Amino acid sequence: MEQPVILDVEDLCVGYGRVEALHRVSLNVRAGEIVTVIGPNGAGKTTLLSAIMGLLPRSSGNVRFLHSAAREIEVERMVAMGMTLVPEKRELFGEMSVEDNLLLGAFMRRRLGHRDERATMDEVFGTFPRLKERRDQLAGTLSGGERQMLAIGRALMAKPKLLMLDEPSLGLAPLIVREIFRVIGRLRQTGVATLLVEQNAKAALQLADRGYVLETGEIALAGSSGELRDNPRVVESYLGLGGKHQQ
Amino acid sequence: MDLQIALLLGQDGIVNGAIYALLALALVLVFAVTRIIFIPQGEFVAFGALTLASFQVGRVPGTLWLLVGLGVLVAVVEIGIATRNGTLRRLVSALTWNVAYPAVAAIIILLGEPGTWPLVVQVAAALALVVPLGPMVYRLVYQPLQSASVLVLLIVSVAVHLALVGLGLLFFGAEGSRTTPFSDARLDVGGVVVTGQALWVVGASAVLIVVLYVFFERSLWGKALRATAINRTGARLMGISTTQAGKLSFALAAAIGAASGILIAPITTVYYDTGFMIGLKGFVGAIVGGLASYPVAAGGAVLVGLLESYSSFWASAFKEVIVFTVIIPVLVWRSLTTRHVEEEE
Ligand SMILES: Nc1ncnc2c1ncn2[C@@H]1O[C@H](COP(=O)(O)OP(=O)(O)O)[C@@H](O)[C@H]1O
Ligand SMILES: [Mg+2]
Repeated sequence: MEQPVILDVEDLCVGYGRVEALHRVSLNVRAGEIVTVIGPNGAGKTTLLSAIMGLLPRSSGNVRFLHSAAREIEVERMVAMGMTLVPEKRELFGEMSVEDNLLLGAFMRRRLGHRDERATMDEVFGTFPRLKERRDQLAGTLSGGERQMLAIGRALMAKPKLLMLDEPSLGLAPLIVREIFRVIGRLRQTGVATLLVEQNAKAALQLADRGYVLETGEIALAGSSGELRDNPRVVESYLGLGGKHQQ
Repeated sequence: MDLQIALLLGQDGIVNGAIYALLALALVLVFAVTRIIFIPQGEFVAFGALTLASFQVGRVPGTLWLLVGLGVLVAVVEIGIATRNGTLRRLVSALTWNVAYPAVAAIIILLGEPGTWPLVVQVAAALALVVPLGPMVYRLVYQPLQSASVLVLLIVSVAVHLALVGLGLLFFGAEGSRTTPFSDARLDVGGVVVTGQALWVVGASAVLIVVLYVFFERSLWGKALRATAINRTGARLMGISTTQAGKLSFALAAAIGAASGILIAPITTVYYDTGFMIGLKGFVGAIVGGLASYPVAAGGAVLVGLLESYSSFWASAFKEVIVFTVIIPVLVWRSLTTRHVEEEE
């Protein structure tokens, strides 16, 4: 049975000043799905996630999340409704402990009256035992991989319905990338929908159910992960040995 | 100078230093969370003291009208925004705090007889009138300027300061006031007389500092304010609204200012413009802490108090000059020793 659409982006346009960074982007995510957006550096992937989250104003188009389409999106409201973003720059609270970073991940849930942050934190520690060992350490002193784990763990503390990840593999060693992707894959079983933005197309298409290819601010291709993996254009640009954008 | 005088001056210095320390903490807090250098901090000191003094002589304090007036302005702004956006979600809470609350306060003060209230109740009433002015000022003046530069915010702060001093003159007149001390006790410590009020000032400041520490270390909102100060984008992604953090920090700063004013009102004659000088000395302390470190700022402020007190003995005409000149070596030293950490891009 098809799951209901929880995020529906329609003809989204976003600009920086007069320069248009996204042009009529449409995509959707269904409950429990992992959807990936791949594309080269500068394609507009970060801009897309920021605009969905409400960090950036949009010039036109619609973002509908769980059937609510506010004229103006506010970050705080999106968080309250169950959307969470793990940003490209992580944006951790460097001078605060790992544990405090995680607690703040549950800030909105606490404000909405939930008191289950300790149990959620235990789940996060179960997922990332490294964070438990370092719970009293300042976030700013963590290694790159640990920082990414903390950023994802902090996002999970909000018990999101939609988790958006902006290049979680960026700058990490292959072994850690594999661990992070395994965690993202396991989230599917808990019913969380994931919108995964990646330059690492190979890993992303292995994990995701469906994908979109974003190039210079426009959706160039869309399809199931299998279709995209077999698409000659994707193979040439993103997967093949001579792939232009493959690091 | 003999030991007795030295101790007496030291006592004066610590009493004043405790107040400067409170104000320094408030300044650091507001700057860290909002990037605003809160020049009008001192006006909240004066408002706190003068509101309490008005109660004690049986007058209706002008801050009541300020509360009602600012509340109406905020309500007008919020209604305008709500009708434009078609969202009524926030309007109820805005009207509760900015219209209903001042109205209830006005009824209680106009119908009750504040002059006959016990001191504790008068103090609570003075805080209840002055503290909400902080978030109201933030809402009206600073919230629309959230993304402005530090320099613009500083210029705006000077304007707010001048406006509030003017309103202080209008509402309280040019005469100074003193309030009745919290305690008439006098202790003889090694030949030096320590007044009960001095102990009140130092004790209450210490308690307030501990309360602030616990608030920032333990409470969710305290952590949320620290998070906003460290990484605003990160905080917003947790659902911590920059606006709410700003209002909360202004409420805390107003509370600290008003409490300081109430504490010194029995030992200093407070005029409508007294707050500025006091705030400025707290500011020197805050600068010593680089507007970033709470303990260094508080320590710096106590030093300012001591320095002021001893320089008033040797060179009383130059005491302000001496205190403000301290800033220069401190700034030189800081600029030489602190490494500027570039923001991660
Ligand atoms: N703050 C900004 N101001 C102006 N242009 C920007 C800004 N951020 C990104 N851009 C431009 O928008 C385009 C998309 O950037 P981005 O969304 O970061 O791409 P990606 O995440 O896919 O690498 C790029 O051309 C980039 O130069
Ligand atoms: Mg990016």
